[in-house]
Amino acid sequence: MSQTPNPSGHVGAGMRELISFRIGAQEFCVDIMAIREIRGWTAATALPQSPSFVKGVINLRGAVLPIVDLASRLGFESTQANDRNVIIVAQIGEQVVGLLVDAVSDILTVTDDVIQPTPDVASETAKTFVRGLIAMDGRMISLIGLDRVLPDMELEAA
Amino acid sequence: MDPLAAIRETFFQECEEQLAELESGLLAMEGGDRDPETINAVFRAVHSIKGGAGAFSLEALIRFAHVFETALDEMRSGRLAVTADVLKTMLRAADVLADLVRAAHDGAQGDDPRAAALADELKAMSGAAGEDDGGEEDWGDFEFKPQLVAFEAAPAPTGFLVRFKPRHDLYAKANEAALLLRELSRLGDAQVELDTEDLPPLGELDPEAAYLAWTVTLNGDTDETTIREVFEFVDGDCELEVTPIGGAPADPPAPDFDLSALLARVSDGAADDAPAGDFGAPAADGPAAEAPLADASVVELPLAANRPAPEPAAETQGLGGHRKSEAGATIRVDLERVDRLIDLVGELVINQAVLAQRVMEAGLARASAVAMGLDELEQLTREIQDSVMAIRAQPVKSVFQRMPRLVREVAAMTGKPVRLVTEGEGTEVDKTVIERLADPLTHMIRNAIDHGLESPEKRAAAGKPAEGVVRLAAMHRSGRIVIEVSDDGGGINRERVKSIAVERGLISAEAQLSDEEIDNLIFMAGFSTASEVSDISGRGVGMDVVRRSIQALGGRITINSKPGKGSTFTMSLPLTLAVLDGMVVSVEGQTLVAPITAIIETLQPKAEDVHSLGGHARVISIRGGFVPLIDVGMALGYRPEPLSATSGVALLIEGEGGARAALLVDAIQGQRQVVIKSLEANYRQVPGVAAATILGDGRVALILDIDTIVAVSRGELRKAG
Repeated sequence: MSQTPNPSGHVGAGMRELISFRIGAQEFCVDIMAIREIRGWTAATALPQSPSFVKGVINLRGAVLPIVDLASRLGFESTQANDRNVIIVAQIGEQVVGLLVDAVSDILTVTDDVIQPTPDVASETAKTFVRGLIAMDGRMISLIGLDRVLPDMELEAA
Repeated sequence: MDPLAAIRETFFQECEEQLAELESGLLAMEGGDRDPETINAVFRAVHSIKGGAGAFSLEALIRFAHVFETALDEMRSGRLAVTADVLKTMLRAADVLADLVRAAHDGAQGDDPRAAALADELKAMSGAAGEDDGGEEDWGDFEFKPQLVAFEAAPAPTGFLVRFKPRHDLYAKANEAALLLRELSRLGDAQVELDTEDLPPLGELDPEAAYLAWTVTLNGDTDETTIREVFEFVDGDCELEVTPIGGAPADPPAPDFDLSALLARVSDGAADDAPAGDFGAPAADGPAAEAPLADASVVELPLAANRPAPEPAAETQGLGGHRKSEAGATIRVDLERVDRLIDLVGELVINQAVLAQRVMEAGLARASAVAMGLDELEQLTREIQDSVMAIRAQPVKSVFQRMPRLVREVAAMTGKPVRLVTEGEGTEVDKTVIERLADPLTHMIRNAIDHGLESPEKRAAAGKPAEGVVRLAAMHRSGRIVIEVSDDGGGINRERVKSIAVERGLISAEAQLSDEEIDNLIFMAGFSTASEVSDISGRGVGMDVVRRSIQALGGRITINSKPGKGSTFTMSLPLTLAVLDGMVVSVEGQTLVAPITAIIETLQPKAEDVHSLGGHARVISIRGGFVPLIDVGMALGYRPEPLSATSGVALLIEGEGGARAALLVDAIQGQRQVVIKSLEANYRQVPGVAAATILGDGRVALILDIDTIVAVSRGELRKAG
């Protein structure tokens, strides 16, 4: 895809826009192109026989949207959802999924070379989801890949 | 899809419509309809198919359609008498034509021997009736000269003066004035004159426009209606005047075509319009204008008169050339767009309900302007929802129309004369329901003829007419569509049904069954009453498959059989698959929806009726029989310990294959119609959950998949024990 010059001049060639959000004390970000909207928390309808990180389903303008508790999915303590939490509605392939996070903090515009490769760590979760690290103002922000967020049918069945 | 393929697809879609028109027309004629409009409709259908087939060079189809059309033309013109035998052949020809269309659609181009045989029959029929076959091959031989042409001119006592002036549209739709005139000339002795009055000077001639008119003096035994029928295809695309001539016509007026006058006009025009050198300029885009002026005007004019107008490819007219006189205007819309609209309206209804609830919560009086405005909004949204649902609704005619052919074929195979009576063809139901009705209906009609109707000898012995009657009827009843398939045969032979069921080990020999229960045995898997497996029905798949497909549509099927009088199968189906009648229940704080079609009854379990089988397994005794009692909350993993049976409500359900179970829920909230939403679209299948829906409070509720819950709970029991 060719980049067209942005009138504000923020995004040029080799630049990406990311949305950063907080889960507990950690900061993460995802590519803004995958994000459809951000909305407040509404109570979800629990789904039977589902992994603990699937909070249930909500009504998104007539579509049934599954909610993934991203904290729980990434191996942290699960989020106790309340009105201050937000749901990031993301497009993953053909599906639309809601990601429950504590709060959205910023939109980052970065060049590809700012994104450092993930160091080799033992954590499976890190290998599955973390695509890279960004150092910014002394903070570390992990870039998350969303393609594995939903439970894998085959793995679940096994 | 490339454009040609898309057009081709449209052609085949239209062929299906034309074939349906053809068959219903022929059937109407078989029923005694002699309305010329019916014959014309039949003729038009075949003609359009031929036309379209020509555009795609579907040779086999063209050849057969041509022969068929010729025979129909003979019938239309009254030379071939409309008899029962002729109509039977025509109906078989319609079947073959349908097969050829389908074969062409699938890309097959081979010759069907059946088509060849039937083509010969048709040819023999039309050959016997008319002297020439009226085919398109002789178009070339028919020369039309811009002079007075006498078609075997001979004076006759009465006649008509027909003035016919085609408009541009007539030619644009690939109709040919010459053919119409020839058709007219068949009605009697015709004298045709060409009127070139409107022909403009060459420089102003629009090569695409129509300038010519004809006056035909027709003598013969005919009437105005018949004459107008000749021009039926071009109705609206031409000016047509038919005036009767009293007594013997005088000599026809002198031909209007006066070359010298015309030439004078041309040269006048040329002189007035522009100096000779610039003559071509005003109409530079016309081919005629490019011709050198000097002698071209003299030579070209008669030629132009000879060719009334450029002729677009003659065979493309099947692609929408003819208007249907009675049908309203329709458009083809992508189904996805309609479904999107239905989704949005469903959301609108939910939003409206949420809003109404909020307004109530806010403590506004019922009589307040806001509340009243909301009431109006509610009515409006309901109306919109109904109208949008109606877009997907189609008359069951499309599936009923396939049945006469099936009946003919099965009747021929079984040697039983059968008459099919259809009622309520206009009853509308969702398109998906219609599509999925075809197979079960086919099966039931086969059964009705093969098993239901007795042989002609037996019927005669029972004092019934030899011809059996199979009735197919559709009607709306309390928000559902009811379809009945009935026969006037011998009824279900309960003795035999029972003995077969015992033989197959489906029931025990001692079982005491009511008549109704015996009748329902035929729905059990592996049941087949035919003593030998016949070609038509009884291929191992039987009524159990029919019942399952009806249930999959959210419907129910029942039998009513009277010995010696026949059987009636009644199917009750939802009008749409987008909504479902549900029982809203609560389980462990969750709101769930159970499909009402599966629920037989609801009951309050009494402590003495519930028995434990060890572990969490329980059964409940209902009128002396035991059925498993399944705690829905446990089956779905909402609670670890089962609910005390007496504090809940049990739904007695009948699952796939007729197995019964009682589902224990905490409470019943009520019944309502819910809009079905897919869970798989954004997530995946969840065991025990068929789909989701959105309730009035805007929250998602899950729709129970009763069969899986029963199956899962069996698995759970095994694990627990």
